[in-house]
Amino acid sequence: MKLDEIQKRLLQEVADLHEVPEGAYNIRSNSQSAGRRSTANIEIVSKEDVSGLEIRIKPGTKRESVHIPVVMTESGLKEVVYNDFFIGENSDVVIVAGCGIDNCGNQDSEHDGIHRFYVGKGARVRYVEKHYGSGEGKGKRILNPGTEVHMDEDSYMEMEMVQIKGVDDTVRTTTADLKAGAKLVVRERLMTHGEQNAVSTYAVELNGDNASADVVSRSVARDHSFQKFDAKIVGNAACNGHTECDSIIMDQGRILAVPGLEANHVDASLFHEAAIGKIAGEQLIKLMTLGLTEAEAEEQIINGFLR
Amino acid sequence: MLELKNISFQVDDEGKGKEIIRDVSITVPESKLIVVTGPNGGGKSTLARLIAGIEKPTGGRIFFSGEDITEKTVTERARMGIAYAFQQPVRFKGIRVLDLIRIAAGKTLSVADACEYLSSVGLCARDYVDREVNASLSGGELKRIEIATVLARHAKLSVFDEPEAGIDLWSFRNLIDVFRRMRETIEKGSILIISHQERILNIADEIIVIKDGNVDRQGPKEAVYPFLNAGLVAMDALECEGHIRAMGQGGAQA
Ligand SMILES: Nc1ncnc2c1ncn2[C@@H]1O[C@H](COP(=O)(O)OP(=O)(O)OP(=O)(O)O)[C@@H](O)[C@H]1O
Ligand SMILES: [Mg+2]
Repeated sequence: MKLDEIQKRLLQEVADLHEVPEGAYNIRSNSQSAGRRSTANIEIVSKEDVSGLEIRIKPGTKRESVHIPVVMTESGLKEVVYNDFFIGENSDVVIVAGCGIDNCGNQDSEHDGIHRFYVGKGARVRYVEKHYGSGEGKGKRILNPGTEVHMDEDSYMEMEMVQIKGVDDTVRTTTADLKAGAKLVVRERLMTHGEQNAVSTYAVELNGDNASADVVSRSVARDHSFQKFDAKIVGNAACNGHTECDSIIMDQGRILAVPGLEANHVDASLFHEAAIGKIAGEQLIKLMTLGLTEAEAEEQIINGFLR
Repeated sequence: MLELKNISFQVDDEGKGKEIIRDVSITVPESKLIVVTGPNGGGKSTLARLIAGIEKPTGGRIFFSGEDITEKTVTERARMGIAYAFQQPVRFKGIRVLDLIRIAAGKTLSVADACEYLSSVGLCARDYVDREVNASLSGGELKRIEIATVLARHAKLSVFDEPEAGIDLWSFRNLIDVFRRMRETIEKGSILIISHQERILNIADEIIVIKDGNVDRQGPKEAVYPFLNAGLVAMDALECEGHIRAMGQGGAQA
């Protein structure tokens, strides 16, 4: 696998990878596959009609991982990639995706990853997706992830989505439908700077008894950036749904939180929480009495908040 | 070591100036343990906030180690060696106990060293170092962590605002030892404790009674203690009298 230093740095940022990962992987670099490995239980094949992968995980596969990071370093690339995950019944796996864009040119670079998950009965998935941008060019770094999750009975999926730095424009759309006993947990961490724009939309349908969803976003909007968090949960059975948007605004940052709950069943129990505000003054003062400057205190508070 | 000279503090209360601290002059000498006590709302916490620099006095000067610090910021005073354990500790989302103790110590303490501070306030360190200093901690746990962070600072002047509040009896006994040890180990360090607790008053070199924003009485505990007791008895009697009178009035109206 040949990757230059910038590509290696991006890989480290988005997938904590220093070397070729263990288990199954596919590394996509500037629209080409830079390396791939399938294992006995996890098969990765290229799609024939469109750009993207099919990842098939055999039923009962335990404690295995799949890494599918994407790095882009050529300015002006624009790609749409479709990845489908078929996660076999009763398997227990970790999937690490993520995209790093380094754009030093003047043309926009854009990666739109469309991920579809078919989570089999009783399967457990931990999905980690990190987005990162760098480069001094005028060209924007744009990421528009679309995620579709279909969860069969008693399956469990935990999604950790992180975008802390350097992505200029994001529209994230996540939809999920859950059958009886399935559980979806989403933890989103977002920080925007400069003139960045980030929109995150969730639509979760709880269709079976005892299905549950917990969607929590923690975010920080600095400078002139703008964020929109739009989370909707629909309860069509005896189910539990919770959404939470907990945000800090700084400078001229703006945040719009649009919670939506729809209960179509008398035993659906849904609730949401949203709190937006600047850093609490007493938190700053406390850390300053420990010897930090105001700027250092701010940094500690935000680092903790987005941990 | 610390000297407040004619300190006043006024706040704007619906257009009118309200004096919370009135011409207070006190000295905290080197290597001494001073306890400040007095009725609720008397101005004790305000005094502590003025010392830490969280509030700026509207009159008077503050000196620390011979330097006029009246215009110095909270950070500058902290770096000069003033530490302050809040009456109501602050909670943080995501910041761990270990992070807070490290910030307080001003260096990358080992986990073992950080645990020492937690143990000395009676917390089983292993259970707490990785906990977040957030709403999940109980009031007493949070209060003890607050005290531990001030211990970690090894400051020349440590101010504790009602450290006993919410702390169970067993830990309270240890706390007294912690203050005693602190006085012995920090060279030329002084401690100022705001407290209503007899056992803390008992270890004081000097007691200052703050009432209505003023120093009501000040001196070695032997001199102040009798007045405190007498004051308490008198206050009880007054309250009782008022209560009876109120009841009488209520009865008449009915
Ligand atoms: N910023 C402020 N604005 C208006 N009033 C204030 C302000 N800060 C303090 N006060 C008032 O000043 C008085 C002194 O408050 P302080 O907190 O210093 O009392 P305390 O002696 O610490 O009381 P306690 O024993 O209950 O802790 C109180 O009546 C309080 O309501
Ligand atoms: Mg007080």
